[in-house]
Amino acid sequence: MNFYITYFIIAAGLFAFVGIFTLFGVYAERKISAFIQNRLGPTETGKFGSLQTLADIVKLLQKELIIPAAADKVLFMMAPGIIFIAVYLGFAALPWAPGLVPSHINIGLYYVFAIISIETLGILMAGWGSNNKYSILGAMRSAAQIISYEIPAGFAIISAVMIAQTLNLQDIAMQQGILSAEKTKFLGLWDVSATGGILAWNVFQAPHLLIAFVIYFIASLAESNRAPFDIPEAESELVAGFHTEFTGPQFALVFLAEYSMMFLVSMVGVVLFLGAWNTPLPNIGSVTLATWTTGTIWGIIWMLIKTLLLVGVQMWIRWTLPRLRVDQLMNLCWKVLTPLAFACMLISGVWRLWVM
Amino acid sequence: MKSKNKMIKRALNGLITAWKGLSLTIKHLFKSNSKREIVSITDDNYFKKQGNTNTIQYPKQQLPVPEVGRYQLEVEIDDCIVCDLCAKICPVNCIDIESIKATEVIGQTSDGSKKMLYAAKFDIDMAKCMYCGLCTIVCPTECIVMTNQYDRTVFELKDLTYEFSDMSPEDAAEKRILLEKQQAEKQAAKLAAMKQKESGA
Repeated sequence: MNFYITYFIIAAGLFAFVGIFTLFGVYAERKISAFIQNRLGPTETGKFGSLQTLADIVKLLQKELIIPAAADKVLFMMAPGIIFIAVYLGFAALPWAPGLVPSHINIGLYYVFAIISIETLGILMAGWGSNNKYSILGAMRSAAQIISYEIPAGFAIISAVMIAQTLNLQDIAMQQGILSAEKTKFLGLWDVSATGGILAWNVFQAPHLLIAFVIYFIASLAESNRAPFDIPEAESELVAGFHTEFTGPQFALVFLAEYSMMFLVSMVGVVLFLGAWNTPLPNIGSVTLATWTTGTIWGIIWMLIKTLLLVGVQMWIRWTLPRLRVDQLMNLCWKVLTPLAFACMLISGVWRLWVM
Repeated sequence: MKSKNKMIKRALNGLITAWKGLSLTIKHLFKSNSKREIVSITDDNYFKKQGNTNTIQYPKQQLPVPEVGRYQLEVEIDDCIVCDLCAKICPVNCIDIESIKATEVIGQTSDGSKKMLYAAKFDIDMAKCMYCGLCTIVCPTECIVMTNQYDRTVFELKDLTYEFSDMSPEDAAEKRILLEKQQAEKQAAKLAAMKQKESGA
């Protein structure tokens, strides 16, 4: 029985975290975009406008829920829920610190990628259910884009998995620091099992994973429908794409899903390539920085810092690069990223056989 | 082979240009984000101030406008001779004047013109006004002017109708009665004179 209570508490905690992150993320996005464009962003609500997103969410929740007359009511009502739940469930398998993971499953990575693919279904439901040309166009683009980009993302992930030899996210995290049971080698040459720190991260254990990480990062931008791959929303062409018709709490849910997706894909990237909850500080002789900064609290702190940095990069990219055209998007995916990801996978195999 | 080279070149070029853009935006992100310093447009440094944050935090900060700015209309009713020229020239009919003839010269404007009319009503509907300034040009006594006031935000549309007449309705009624009386007297005098003429002839 206690078992289930713990589960509920963990689920509620994750939901609260996702909600708080979304509030913070929207605020950060507004401020970053404002500073990039030499503006000030929100300044009026609270100190430096910090309560702006809270005010926004209160406003959104009070709004009327409008269902278009011609909409498919069942699909329309269910879509935001499915979009959000698909992303939210992904958090279940992600490790936060040594020994701290909501669900310790040995196919964690596989599960995460399977469950966030369901988001496409929700987006298609939203587009179709709205019975609106722009919505369906956005949904179709989104489906095409997510399915396409899952291939380079998948191969980039496989190249990391081949190095790690496991799908368990907690084990992958463990291998990238001083807690590793196996030997970790910096660039495959220098044994850094005791040194740890940034040297033991996957991207430095096998340098070709740096390319795999970039491929994964680009593909994750496309999977979370972020600029420059935001053609499913494309506000200048499609009003707001698949979520044009949503109002009030449903719109809030779609927004929540978008921001939690940003956090989720960044977190997966951090776990696979950037050392998960491991500290970037190495042990240097008697100054055992890595040992000092490893632990449950430290794990959560490093995880948050790394993930938020990646989220910050996502925002930075969004406010810099213009949107890609559909053909450019597909060109990039199939002609550049996919072959490169294949090459990475090949190098991973060779690396595993001859170097490690 | 050639086309392959071209493609790789294009992909590389894409990455390089993307990096150029990203480095530009990150520079702006960490540039000073202090509030904009407000200087007049006549200042030599005006355009240099735009390198920083551009936003003017409006009600808290305001760009100085010259004293001779031409925004809201203002009427110095003591100087008005109620000639109605401004109402006539107004292209959008936003000036509404009702005059009452005085029984005698009421006074003088500051430039020495005689005032012969009371302004029972002198309303300017600023919601209609198109700020052409024609009324200020035709005014013979220069009593209608444009000021440098530009922010008159109101909660109700009728508040944008500015009433410049300083006469109370009772005053106006009294003056009307006086005028009627005088006209009646004049009429009577006229009639009497005509009668006298007739009887004399």
